[in-house]
Formats: sequence, structure tokens, C-alpha cells
Amino acid sequence: MKIIAAMSGGVDSAVAAARAVEAGHEVIGVHLALASNPQKYRSGARGCCTIEDSHDARRAADVIGIPFYIWDMAEEFHAGVVEDFMSEYAAGRTPNPCLRCNEKIKFAAVLDRARAMGFDGVVTGHYARTEIGPTGKTLHRAIDISKDQSYVLSVLTVEQINGAIFPLGDTTKVDIRKEAESRGLAVAQKPDSHDICFVPSGDNAGWLRERLGSEVGPIVDQEGTKIGEHKGAYTYTIGQRKGLGITVPTSDGSPRFVLKIEPVTNTVVVGAREELAVTSMVGERPVWCGPAVTTAPTQGLVQVRAHGQALSCTYFLRDGFLVAELDLPLLGLATGQAMVIYDGDRVVGSATICETA
Amino acid sequence: MLASPRLAPMSGIYLDHAATTPMLEVAITAMDTQLRTLGNPSSLHTQGRAVRKDLEEARESIARAVDCDPTEVIFTASGTEANNTALKGIYWSSRKNGRNVVVISAIEHHAILDPALWLAEHEGAEIVYIGVDVHGVIKLDELREFIEQRADEIAVISVMASNNETGVIQPIAEVVAIAGDIPVHSDAVQSFRKSELSFNKLGLYAMTISAHKIGGPIGVGALILKRTIEIPALLHGGGQEREIRSGTLNAPAIVSFAAAVSDHSYQASMVSELRDFFAQEVVALIPDAYVNGINAARLPGIVNVTFPGTQSDTLLLLMDAEKVSCSTGSACSAGVHRPSHVLLAMGHNEITAQSSLRFSFGSQSTIQDCQYALSVLPDVIRRGRAANFV
Repeated sequence: MKIIAAMSGGVDSAVAAARAVEAGHEVIGVHLALASNPQKYRSGARGCCTIEDSHDARRAADVIGIPFYIWDMAEEFHAGVVEDFMSEYAAGRTPNPCLRCNEKIKFAAVLDRARAMGFDGVVTGHYARTEIGPTGKTLHRAIDISKDQSYVLSVLTVEQINGAIFPLGDTTKVDIRKEAESRGLAVAQKPDSHDICFVPSGDNAGWLRERLGSEVGPIVDQEGTKIGEHKGAYTYTIGQRKGLGITVPTSDGSPRFVLKIEPVTNTVVVGAREELAVTSMVGERPVWCGPAVTTAPTQGLVQVRAHGQALSCTYFLRDGFLVAELDLPLLGLATGQAMVIYDGDRVVGSATICETA
Repeated sequence: MLASPRLAPMSGIYLDHAATTPMLEVAITAMDTQLRTLGNPSSLHTQGRAVRKDLEEARESIARAVDCDPTEVIFTASGTEANNTALKGIYWSSRKNGRNVVVISAIEHHAILDPALWLAEHEGAEIVYIGVDVHGVIKLDELREFIEQRADEIAVISVMASNNETGVIQPIAEVVAIAGDIPVHSDAVQSFRKSELSFNKLGLYAMTISAHKIGGPIGVGALILKRTIEIPALLHGGGQEREIRSGTLNAPAIVSFAAAVSDHSYQASMVSELRDFFAQEVVALIPDAYVNGINAARLPGIVNVTFPGTQSDTLLLLMDAEKVSCSTGSACSAGVHRPSHVLLAMGHNEITAQSSLRFSFGSQSTIQDCQYALSVLPDVIRRGRAANFV
């Protein structure tokens, strides 16, 4: 096949591209320039589109022996990922920008463009697997569970999965680094990237404050009594305990947790740990990575954080929304996050959590 | 002609001679010989004097080709360095007399645009951009009007002899005439040896040339600077080049540069015939494509075509995959393509200014090269359009 290798400049995408070449594909390396004003150098483990990263990607392509180009996707990234990130926080939700980037950039803008240009698909360094089953190509967890990225790929449609190649899903990260070393790739020991690539400082709250302002608002208990102040409700996440700065102690001395964020009144509601308990969730805009979920209740697993536990649940479709009812309650669940349904290690689909109870 | 079978090229078709062009055999031989010759041209002993002799002969032959005095040739490591030395140096000299306006055309190469911006950011310069018409030619009336109003404030004027993206030749003699006593520099990197160019006849203060655009090596250029003009240096050290440029003279590259200058194999009429054939066929194959600056006097080897509904970086990738090397114009440091400032200045909008390819031809280009490129072009444009509308 003729495929585009999305090369971030990191070790994973470099090995993925090399493996695709070895598998007999005709591969062209592409680095996505996602920042409109890229920084020259990486700062720590953050940022994945500095000029230094694009240089690393180019050198990896040279070593692998494939053509290399840079695609400017800064506008698409800003509109689809950065603005979504800000508006979701402003609406009191906790978004996952990596998931949005996969949905709107890597497997939409890039895959569509690649297909129109006559390529058959896109290869990336994500840790996930695909299998050909009776219903077609399906998406699965990686062998290396600690690196599994199927959660952030759960926004891919069947059509997109058909155009995606994930050559790393059967290998552990440790072995990928060794393989990179033996292939002579200079990025073999390059640190993993963490956090959010467009917040190079790693200070999400500060980044949001700069863009959304820091209007002071009340922190209230469940009865509505003001017990503190905050500088921007959107910098809080449901379940958060630290950094509340409340000086009024609870009667029994137990800690308080963020229970609710009310963006309209700029209010943060706090309360006891047990109040965080959630037994069901509803997700909007569901996407199916294989056969669509129906209204018939089905037993399976749901994961609500990128590296969280998969929890036993019953899931079904109700009025176009994805519903999951948990077997055991979960403490602290933010709206805006993705709820991803698994059938064993197969990704069934996902939706954006809009309601919890 | 296009019905002929599609030939699969061995090493690909190179249509990017404006970026760099193959080194001439005479230049390679000259460089090789000089590389084997021991001596620093600034040394006073036998070896030093021998290399100095070769170097001064090279300077003289380049001076003859430029039509200037040998003293006026200041060797640099690139055209960019020559542009920086000229623009900043002349600016600093003129500023002593209270002049701080830098006048440049809107279509200059980044090697002029960026030093001008630097002067504005760090040295108190005011930049004035003179626009171009739809054909890509500098608006002389605009220049005249500005000079009439603020002649006393202008430190330097810099207008390229021809544009690197479109090949459109600029009326430098008229610019110099309008400028009067104001120093004029011209970046002639693309024009040198491709079109009529005489430093003396033009009456320029300063001019930039570069070796690798004419079959010489990469890594050597020259600033042609009028005798008796003193400008501050950018590089300080041994003062080798008129105290304006320091650094051990790169004798092998300079001698090779001179060998390329002395070669007369470049046939402007043949190259321009290829260019015109190619342009004509492109427009016949892609009916809504158009050649930028087609009605202006242009360099023999450059044709810049807009393909509406495409993005140039996509086209470049697809052409490259078909083994045809061409260019999108100028690329920024991150390798990300932006709308061409040259096409914007010619009246393009942000979208069409990102929809062009530059094809440039050299002495080695053949009709077969053109035919092969033309044979792959329609499918590339079709896929490029499809990719643009996803």
C-alpha cells in the first residue's frame, strides 16, 4: 500500500514508519506542524511540534530512507483542538485534547488528505492493535497495557480504522526503544511526551487563565454557603482535592472535593468524598469503532480516563446517547471526558460524557 | 508531442535550477585543483602568494563579467551574507547623516526582507515597501513619489534585479535614475549570467551575486561595492576583504566561482524556449492554470504557475513522488509553506498565493524533461485538487 507515516519526531512514530517500510508499504513521512508559532526547542517532555522535533522527524526519515515533508496543520489544529479545549473548559467540562486531535487532525484532516492524494492510509506510532474479524477491521488494546492508547483512538470510525495502521501494538515500549537503537534511530532514548503539547509550561490552569481571564468566583458547599474564593472555575476538575485554598474546616475534619463546576455563575461546588460517587453516565456524539451499539443492554467495560481502570458496566443506546450503568460506583467523574466502551480488549466505541448520576 | 510514451526517468527530472543548478565540469575541476593547492592567500610566503595570485585572477575575471573594478568585488560565503553586509552596512553609514528609512520592494528575497526587519527592530530603521503591479514589476511611480517626499530621510534603497519566484526582471536602471544620490543596492543572485547586467552601466552602489546559481559551488558569493565606499563590517577579524569582510578567503570556492563565470555554455535563448514551451503546454493541459508575470520581461529559466484550487506543498509532494523536482517558492525555517509574499504583492489573495509551483530550467534541461513533467502533471493536479477539498 501507499501510506503516509505521521512522524512527530519521537521514537514511536519513527519505529512505526520503519516497520511499515519493512512490511512492504510505500511510505512517505510527514511531520505535522501544529503550532502557528513553533518554539525552537523542546522544553522537557512537553511540546511535540517544536522545530527541533521536526528536525528529529526528518533525520529519522533519512535513516529509514523515506521521503519527508512537513504539513502545516496549525489552523486545523487550532480550530479543532485548541479552541475546543478552551470552550470545553469555559463550559465547566474537562476535555481530552489528544482524543480530539486524533478525531479531527490525524485521522480526519491527514487521512482524508492522504486518501485524496492517492494514498491508502496513515501509519502512526500509537500503541493499539487492529484485527480483521467477521465484522471487518476492529480496534484493540495494545499488548503493553501501560502504554495502551486505544482510549484516545476510540473516536475513530470504522472508515478511519480501515485507513489506519498501528504497527506498535504488539510490542512493549521498552522493546520499541531497543529496536530504535538497533535501527540507528537517534531518537531511541528521546523522552516520552506527556501532558498537553500546546501548553509547553505544563501549567494548564495558568494557560487557561491567560486566555479565559481569572474572574474571581465563590467556592460554595452543597448548601450554597460560600466558604472560599477561586480565580476561574474552569481551572478546577471534578474530584479535585488539592489547591482549593479553603480555610474553613469541615465539622468532622474530612477533606473537601470539587463536586460541580457551574460556569454560568462561575461557582465551584465542593463537598464530601462520598458525594462524588457516580453509578451511571450519559455520553453524547457517540462514535462506533465497529458494529453500532443498540438499545439492548449489553455487559462490557467502560473506561473514563486515558490511563484509568476499565470498569464493569451495562451499556446501551438511549435516544441517540450512549449510557453506561456501572456495577460498582466510581468516585469523581468529569463531564467532557470520553467514556470508552470495551468488549474485552476490543474498543466498541466512545462518547463525550455530558451527564453523570 | 505529449502523445509520446511516458518515459520513466532514471534519477528524476530536476526543474528547480533557480534553487541551485548542477556544478559545471570546469568549476569542479578548478575547485579540485585548488583544493590540492596549499596556502592561505593572506600568507606572505611562496605558497600564500601563489594562492593569492589564483584568487586575484579569479576576482578579475568575475569583475569583468560583472563589469566592475576588481577592487569592487568583496567575496562572501553566500548571497545572503552579501545582502546583509550591503543593507546593514549602507544603512549604518547613512544613519550617521540622520537617514533611517530603508526602501525595498515588496517582493524581495528573505535575505533582504529579514535584514530590513532586523534593522527596524534593533537599529531604529523605518521600512518602506514599494509595491509591484499585477505583472510583478516594481511601481516606479510609487518609488518616485516617495523619494520626492522624503529623499533626505532615505538611508538605502534595495531592489532585486529579478524575482526568484516569478523570474520577473526589475527596471534597475530606472530605479537608480529615480534614486539620484541615494545609494541603491540590487540583489542580482538570480539575474547574474542569466540576463544583461552591468554594474557600471546601472550605476549601482552595491550588488549581490552568488556562485551556485550559475554552476559554481555552494558557499561563495560576492558583494559588489563601489570603490571608495566605506561601510561598517558585519564580521570583524583579519580584515581580508577591504576591512568590510573578514575570514580566510575560500580560494577553492572562489576560483571555482570564476571558472563558472568564464563558462559560456548557458544559452539563454534555448532555456527560454523550453520555458515557453512548458508554460504553453501547462496551460493547454490545465485550462484554468496561469503563468504569473507572463506579460513582463522574465529570466529565461523561471516559470511560476498558479493552479487554482490546489495547495502548493501538496503538489510538490505529488510531483516529487513522480520524480519531478520543482519548488513552491520560498520556504520558511520550519519548512512550512505560507502564502507567497511575492504573489500577494502581485494581487493574489491568501488562497491563490499558496497554489503555485515554480519550475526552473537550466542549460542541462531538455525537451524530454518538460514532456515527462507535463505527462504527470494532470493527474497530480487532479489529486492535489481532491486533497484540497476534503
